[in-house]
Amino acid sequence: MSTDYEPKSAVAKWIDKRLPIVTLFNGHLMQYPTPKNLNYWWTFGGILTFCLVTQIITGLVLAMHYIADAELAFSSVEHIMRDVNYGWLLRYIHANGASMFFIAVYIHMARSLFYGSYKEPRELIWIIGVFIFLLMIATAFMGYVLPWGQMSFWGATVITNLFSAIPVFGESITNWLWGGYSVGSPLLTRFFTLHYLLPFLIFGLVILHVWALHVPGNNNPEGIDVVQGSQDTVPFHPHYVVKDVFALIVFMIVFAGFVFFTPNLLGHTDNYIQANPLQTPEHIVPEWYFLPFYAILRAIPDKLGGVIMMVSAIAILAFLPWLDTSKVRSAKYRPLFKQFYWIFLANFLLLGYLGAQPAEGIYVIISRIATIYYFVHFVVILPVLGFVEKTKPLPKSISEPVLNEKERAAKAASA
Amino acid sequence: MKRRGQRKLHQLSVFRSIKYILSILLAVSAYQSTSIAAEIHEPMRPYWSFEGPLGKFERASLQRGYQVYTEVCSGCHSMDLLSYRNLIQPGGPEFSEKQAKAMAAMFEVETGPDQDGEMFMRPAILSDKFVSPWENEQQARAANGGAYPPDLSVIVKARPNGADYIYSLLLGYKDAPEGTDLDDGVYYNEYAKGMRIAMPQVLYEDGVEYTDGTAATEEQMAHDVTTFLTWSAEPKLEERKRMGFKVIIYLLILAFLFYFTNKAIWKDSH
Repeated sequence: MSTDYEPKSAVAKWIDKRLPIVTLFNGHLMQYPTPKNLNYWWTFGGILTFCLVTQIITGLVLAMHYIADAELAFSSVEHIMRDVNYGWLLRYIHANGASMFFIAVYIHMARSLFYGSYKEPRELIWIIGVFIFLLMIATAFMGYVLPWGQMSFWGATVITNLFSAIPVFGESITNWLWGGYSVGSPLLTRFFTLHYLLPFLIFGLVILHVWALHVPGNNNPEGIDVVQGSQDTVPFHPHYVVKDVFALIVFMIVFAGFVFFTPNLLGHTDNYIQANPLQTPEHIVPEWYFLPFYAILRAIPDKLGGVIMMVSAIAILAFLPWLDTSKVRSAKYRPLFKQFYWIFLANFLLLGYLGAQPAEGIYVIISRIATIYYFVHFVVILPVLGFVEKTKPLPKSISEPVLNEKERAAKAASA
Repeated sequence: MKRRGQRKLHQLSVFRSIKYILSILLAVSAYQSTSIAAEIHEPMRPYWSFEGPLGKFERASLQRGYQVYTEVCSGCHSMDLLSYRNLIQPGGPEFSEKQAKAMAAMFEVETGPDQDGEMFMRPAILSDKFVSPWENEQQARAANGGAYPPDLSVIVKARPNGADYIYSLLLGYKDAPEGTDLDDGVYYNEYAKGMRIAMPQVLYEDGVEYTDGTAATEEQMAHDVTTFLTWSAEPKLEERKRMGFKVIIYLLILAFLFYFTNKAIWKDSH
């Protein structure tokens, strides 16, 4: 990474010779040449980093007061809400923070899908991202179990039971996971341990994600390569630091709206009832951000098949760079893909809606159609589109379309 | 020119037909969900002082609500998560320390062991949890025909429609329509699941004599006790909303500043 950082003081020179950490940060967070045409959809990377750090910090303090024991977990959470200084604030930030994290990651992924950010030479950035998403799912799921409410308990029961679908070893694996013959204290304790560990693994992957990003540099709305050493890029600081911070503040306003004014809107009321192994809730629903995948799981009439399809729905993302055969990155220049993109997104939202409905009647049928379409998008539509689609001509450089717009504006003004 | 136009039309029709299919599917499922919802009574929506971004509890209502809870509900329902000290905390009923101590002293708690290793009873003090009417769940069930009166500490957050639902349920007792089969110990209530509930009607006019002289109508008592239960479920509600208001104002100002900083920085870069 190019940098014009020159240590000035004797101390700075001494350190930089031995550990050039300031040079490193200067290169990656200040000088880093960034395409100048990034829109606000590109601010979610920074927002996600904020979410991760917020979750780790609030989680750390919560862990100081939480007790991972089936008898005590529920009341220890209420102890945090009532007696710990600003415990209610920490817990509401942490609980809503998970939702905000997923809102941001879905937007971040949708942006990638639209502008083809997963394509050559950025395949690894995308694949690392898929692994981060997987870890996020695991972390969020285990976190939701910790308050030990009814949905915690029964959600954990449903999901851990999925492992029993594995042929031959299913039951032994499930019992091994549980540390017993049903969901109870042993599972709660290990979930707490893992819930504490995984965010740090996510943090490690985020470093790899950014490292891989900084090799080719950012994609951009035009989806074309920047011309090195041209007017196409601006230094990351202050241009994108300030823009990202502005976007982050707007994001925080929404975040604060949830935390302070409707902190329980995104949760389930049943989770304020202490876990009761003898009483099954009427509908067991996961958190909203898992609903599309939950709908896929339930759409398949066979348990093992459902698990396979649900896992595949996420795993297939890792193969996206090769399933999409088009060389053109940005949907701006792909008229057909653009339409299928919006249909895919609508279908994904539909799956989310279906995941919240009872698995009966018409919902099952629609779920099946929507599940099939989800996979058809990846294994049929995307590969075929690359061959049949007539893409629009690409601009020669990032500066070109910008100039064109300006010229057009100038013409319109003079006319 | 002509060819391009045709192609566009073709693409549009693909998009449209899929849109049609989706909208039909959505309409069908929406119809289904409304038909399911029709079996459940929507709760009443009375005015609550604690709603809205700057909502606060009505202090007098919280105090009356505590009275209703102790005199009516606490015979069957515990509130394990509350302590008597909570009654004097800011944002709650805000009884004086003297009042709260007297209220606590009306209950006896088992403590010990003493020097001889014996457990003994003493009047409750501020640091004690609300005394439960039952020794254990089994005793509660045995006394209530098998039904377990739930703990009320967070009940408002544990039910869809929260305060509206609790209020409606307390006032929802009606004579069962003809032909309704009701088992022994089961009562008809419009807002209960399946219109049946194991709790009998408990609020009757003048069921309590309010110390502040308020007329104890059924609606008044339901309103007061629901306000009290909302506070017990969310004791930091007032502090939360007050802080939230400041946080949002602060963030709005910060956003305003950063918006123009950003604009200034990018001025020459396009």
